Amino acid sequence: MTYHFDFSALLPYWPEFARGIWLTLQLSAISTVLGFVLGTLCAIGRADGSRWVKWLVAIYVEAIRNTPLLVQVFIIYFGIATLGLHVSANLAAVIALVINVGAYTCEIVRAGIESVHKSQIEAAECLGLSRVQTYWHVVLRPAIERVYPAVTSQYVLLMLASSITSQISAEELTAVANRIQSDTFRAFETYIVTGVLYLLLSLVVRICLWLFGLAIFVRRRKLGTAI
Amino acid sequence: MPTFSLVHLEFLLTAAQWTIGLSIAAFVGGGLVGFVVALARISDLRVLRIAATVYIQLVQGTPLLILLFAIYFGIALLGYTNLPPLIAASAGLIIYSSGFLAEIWRGCIDSVPKTQWQAAECLALTRWQRMVKVILPQAARIATAPTVGFLVQIVKNTSLASVVGFVELAQAGKLINNSIYEPFTVFMIVALIYFAICFPLSTWSRSLERKLNVGRR
Repeated sequence: MTYHFDFSALLPYWPEFARGIWLTLQLSAISTVLGFVLGTLCAIGRADGSRWVKWLVAIYVEAIRNTPLLVQVFIIYFGIATLGLHVSANLAAVIALVINVGAYTCEIVRAGIESVHKSQIEAAECLGLSRVQTYWHVVLRPAIERVYPAVTSQYVLLMLASSITSQISAEELTAVANRIQSDTFRAFETYIVTGVLYLLLSLVVRICLWLFGLAIFVRRRKLGTAI
Repeated sequence: MPTFSLVHLEFLLTAAQWTIGLSIAAFVGGGLVGFVVALARISDLRVLRIAATVYIQLVQGTPLLILLFAIYFGIALLGYTNLPPLIAASAGLIIYSSGFLAEIWRGCIDSVPKTQWQAAECLALTRWQRMVKVILPQAARIATAPTVGFLVQIVKNTSLASVVGFVELAQAGKLINNSIYEPFTVFMIVALIYFAICFPLSTWSRSLERKLNVGRR
């Protein structure tokens, strides 16, 4: 059998693709920032909190890391609706992605915090730094610098995973692709184009995070290695 | 209106067996393909190395969801319109896990100290002997923990097979929810079953890692 590829049928749909890409980028950017904050706070709680906080964080991390994102998205989307609140699919998607990536970030940042030598913290105490100052200057910044490559791959995976939110009809790239293929009946072409777009997006995200890393980790830029 | 009952739970547990079956298929198939790709990735032939790198980048740079859709519709175009979703789902998951396992295992092979490669060469072992008798046994030891860890990812990602109509755990949850509309209960139970499958694997992976690092503590 022969199949004639016809990518030209997709051409009139480029504004839709662009809108999908834009929403995918927005979803990923917002969840990256919020997820990072949540994950870092959890990592601090896990490393230095009271017994209860440690337990709570441990349960949160294990619960999220051992269940599929798809099911988490459903629980959050429908769960909020059951509570009687009405939220848009996009907001539910962001909440689910933040909660999901927060747990992964927590594990990564925790590994970074554990790698900070005890004597560093003692030295900071001797210098009379407050707890907040110690955390900010002595623990967190070197810790994050060390685990930054792992963080980067995690957020590329997050961008790809945001495709799952198409299942609750958040109108990002995958949802757009689903709609276009049912309009044009050019399913194979549509998904090939979408795959290429995701490939480019993951490249863009990787480059952006790399540049961001260069910008904030001065020492790494100058010495070429992490501390 | 019917509520969640034992019948539904039974349905979910049956579907969970499909989740496990699909995971095993994805792991075995992905492992075989991934092993070949990992070897190609470190091959002496440039062409093979580049091909393997491109393959890994393609798989890791596109969402599994898109891969599944492309395979599902792509196979239909080849004329097999009545193909069971099981084939499309396993094909997608095999490609997905092979891309990741190849990269994990390549890292493990690379982390065998260079001196071992040199020693094997000095002993005049052939390439094949060096790989099979010296490098791979050591790489396998390093690889166990991350491989078991990746198994958790595979189990979780089988939930995406629901998009091509394969009735595994997540899809079973959707079906039940469509008939009784108790989303919170249904998906919580679905999540619990996934947790029951994944958590032992995670714990096992962590304990393997601890055992492996025993010398470095």
